[in-house]
Amino acid sequence: MSEIAPEALAEKAAEDAPVSSPDPAREIGAPRRRSEDARLITGRTRWTDNLQPPGTLHVAFLRSPHAHARIVSVDVEQARARPGVVAVFSGADLAEEQGGLPCAWTVTEDMKTPLHPPMAVDEVRHVGEPVACVVARDRYAAVDALEEIDIDYEPLPAVVDMEQAVRDGTPLVHADLGTNESYRWVFENGDVDAALRDAPVVLERRYVQQRLIPTAMEPRAVLCEPDGEDFTLTSATQIPHILRLMLATVTQIPEHRIRVVAPDVGGGFGSKLQVYGEEVLCLLLARRLGRPVKWTESRSEGNQATHHGRDQIQRLTLAADRDGRIRGLKVDLLADMGAYLMLVTPGVPLLGAFMFNGIYKMDAYSFTCTGVFTTKTPTDAYRGAGRPEATFGIERLMDELAAELDLDPIEVRRRNWIRHEEFPYDTIAGLTYDSGNYEAATDRALALFEYDKLRAEQADRRERRDGVQLGIGVSTFTEMCGLAPSRVLGSLSYGAGGWEHASVRVLPSGKVEVVTGSSAHGQGHETAWAQIAADRLGVPFEDVKVLHGDTAVSPKGMDTYGSRSLAVGGIALYGACDKVVDKARKVAAHLLEAAEDDLEFDAGRFSVRGVREAGATLQEVALAAFAAHDLPDGVEPSLDSDATYDPDNFSFPHGTHLCAAEVDTETGMVKLRSYVAVDDVGSVVNPLIVEGQVHGGLAQGIAQALYEEAVYDAEGNLTTTTMADYLVPSAADLPEFVTDRTETPATSNPLGVKGVGEAGTIASTPAVVNAIVDALRHLGVDDVPMPCTPERVWRALREAFDENPEPSTGTAPGAGGGLGSAGGAQ
Amino acid sequence: MPRIRVEVDGVPYEDDVEPRLLLVHYLRDRLGKVGTPVGCDTSNCGACTVLLDGLSAKSCSVLAVQADGHEVTTVEGLGTGARPHPMQRAFHEEHALQCGYCTPGMIMAAIDLLRENADPSDEEIRDGLEGNLCRCTGYQNIVRAVRGAAGEMRQGAPEREVSP
Repeated sequence: MSEIAPEALAEKAAEDAPVSSPDPAREIGAPRRRSEDARLITGRTRWTDNLQPPGTLHVAFLRSPHAHARIVSVDVEQARARPGVVAVFSGADLAEEQGGLPCAWTVTEDMKTPLHPPMAVDEVRHVGEPVACVVARDRYAAVDALEEIDIDYEPLPAVVDMEQAVRDGTPLVHADLGTNESYRWVFENGDVDAALRDAPVVLERRYVQQRLIPTAMEPRAVLCEPDGEDFTLTSATQIPHILRLMLATVTQIPEHRIRVVAPDVGGGFGSKLQVYGEEVLCLLLARRLGRPVKWTESRSEGNQATHHGRDQIQRLTLAADRDGRIRGLKVDLLADMGAYLMLVTPGVPLLGAFMFNGIYKMDAYSFTCTGVFTTKTPTDAYRGAGRPEATFGIERLMDELAAELDLDPIEVRRRNWIRHEEFPYDTIAGLTYDSGNYEAATDRALALFEYDKLRAEQADRRERRDGVQLGIGVSTFTEMCGLAPSRVLGSLSYGAGGWEHASVRVLPSGKVEVVTGSSAHGQGHETAWAQIAADRLGVPFEDVKVLHGDTAVSPKGMDTYGSRSLAVGGIALYGACDKVVDKARKVAAHLLEAAEDDLEFDAGRFSVRGVREAGATLQEVALAAFAAHDLPDGVEPSLDSDATYDPDNFSFPHGTHLCAAEVDTETGMVKLRSYVAVDDVGSVVNPLIVEGQVHGGLAQGIAQALYEEAVYDAEGNLTTTTMADYLVPSAADLPEFVTDRTETPATSNPLGVKGVGEAGTIASTPAVVNAIVDALRHLGVDDVPMPCTPERVWRALREAFDENPEPSTGTAPGAGGGLGSAGGAQ
Repeated sequence: MPRIRVEVDGVPYEDDVEPRLLLVHYLRDRLGKVGTPVGCDTSNCGACTVLLDGLSAKSCSVLAVQADGHEVTTVEGLGTGARPHPMQRAFHEEHALQCGYCTPGMIMAAIDLLRENADPSDEEIRDGLEGNLCRCTGYQNIVRAVRGAAGEMRQGAPEREVSP
């Protein structure tokens, strides 16, 4: 890996945006090892599938083998007769009570929203859609009985290709809608047509964001336990609070009769930000049968039935001056919704509307997105949700612009990015970036990467016509996270707000319980939230317990997604802690016989200003409040406090990622030689957790660039249903990363934090593809479609060679024989 | 139904099982050993890895009847929160887990890796853990943890308490 770069450069970067060294006396900023780990490393976990209350019945779903078909008849009689089978239901059996699954984001007034029954009744519209279910005494008996269900289908045409789907005369996914177009959403600022007409440089590109399968390691699972009129639904979900409200809305079971528990949840990445049919159906089955029912997804079932991510076709036009200054950008997207609109399906690509401009200044911008129905699994949020797509588009274009003008890709970015002294900055896409320092992050990354040295090696390999060429990919990104200001969500017609809730309970013994509405599934909130509370209240870290993920324990919340937990939920906790201190101050003033204004609060202790020895600890105040024997008039005997925080603005993490890729021009094989990520996520509560989030994000972004793709055949069959077909990278497939940070605190919240969950994923995909293209550009390659498998890299080389057999410099593909010459035989 | 005798984490069991019952379902559903999770159905992810007579095995790819007469060690049999196995401690120290779902299998596979090679290079660790997938960590801290545990285990480090 890269050695540490020249000290001088690094120091200069550090001066610009220094990373604060943690104060040993403070919890915030300390690299705490996680308190969650103890149960996770010893197998003492509570995954949903681990739970097995007495009398639990197991559910198995029969799923459509057709992409599109009419259900002619369903015969479940034979299945009902199987030993151990308690009940069998078709969609028609539940039609009266199952309602339709919710879409919470009506992005335009005329958006087409088809009914989405949890279990199909008349028609199936994607492979994997549930059509019947068996409830049996164990999981084997339930699956066995599925084979006895007889369904007669009348196949209908599959709609697989998005560009074809929006043409006239194409078969319809939903005949009653009369179109495969769900919506068209437009944003415009400035005269983009004039910019495109007048600019001396105009680049047009078409990029495809392939369909991805989020693949949280824990498959989904649902357990529903009835208790009279009440139901406890335990689910591997990211969103217990939203799920509770939506289950009540869909089933008409009153909200206060439903408790939702998200126990230990094994990753989500957006795939568990959903209200799934299986959740609704388990609730209905528990109500019908009066017994606990449980369903656990198999991986190959989940690949078809858990929502997918990305899948859009981008037509991008960039206008620039000869000096590289951007004049305008036009974005035209087709976004695949799949067969139905799920919770936030239509809104996901629109989050990109605010991000295609990236960190750059421009005069004009237009964004159009058309949501398209196909007979495929619905898409929805996947790590980054809209921002990776946009960042990929603009960062690929910046490299294309640099190549067009024969400028260094860093230089062309410098000429366009918002300079650090220009913040706060109102962007062409209508956001206000509060803070940032792109210069500092870039300088730091260049130093760590040894940019100049690698460029020299690249030139040498080109000169030598080496069979292995070196490419350098740049991605200078920002993203919007901390979702979201409720007013902004309202203006975008989203169905809810974006606040978060926290409460702090100070127990009589002085120990502290933090209740948060965020719902961690790997993010380490139990540790980080305890650090915030310990820091603000001046109590030991070990004295704080964080409670979450159960609507009976944490009744209010908007849950975890969109890198929002710290930037919104953490600030709610900060506010609740301040309220505790304010309440305690009144009691302490009374105990110390001093005026409130004369009290100082430091390290968990109130003291009279100038008289350090006279004081009361928070624990003493808590006990006094509990006893309530001697409180001032009108003061309630409790320090407990709540806060609900609604952010004024998004937060905008940014950073510079540099990737060096070695590309074998004979085999098309790509090897990541080094990867440097310098991220600015503002102030940091726990640097260990932040680094881990960046690592994992990088892995997923790199996986999109190199490995992963959900593939459908022409009949609409998913051919990547298993982990054997869908390539989630292993340790052997990924490089060692060099990560570092600069620190420009957010000005929009008192902790200065920005959010880190998605940054690595957003930044890394274009960095990798830019590196691959950079390695091959002198051979005539200006794009490789993702994932950049050896075959695709090789084909891109072959096509370039066929168009121009004698490029000015470099080697022809296959010059050394091997795959190149074999496949290229004319 | 065949009868099997299996020792799991030091406890002997004797049960009648269906011949098709997977070892992982036997562990989870019959014995309540739910510390070993299931992540896929094609033996790719490795979340269900246990030690079978000391060698790593994906328990979704072993029938319960095949474990007859053998010893199974799961993550639950390694150590406790207060007195963890050096590999468990290293995963904690190096922040080698996030959601933790792959962790039991990853730890068991890593222990078997060190049995074969007590001092692996980073590349050997990465290759050795190829059959265990993690979606959260990007593997870097897992590699670091295995390297750290290898150092400790070579020195025969005694079990000690976990640092905060």
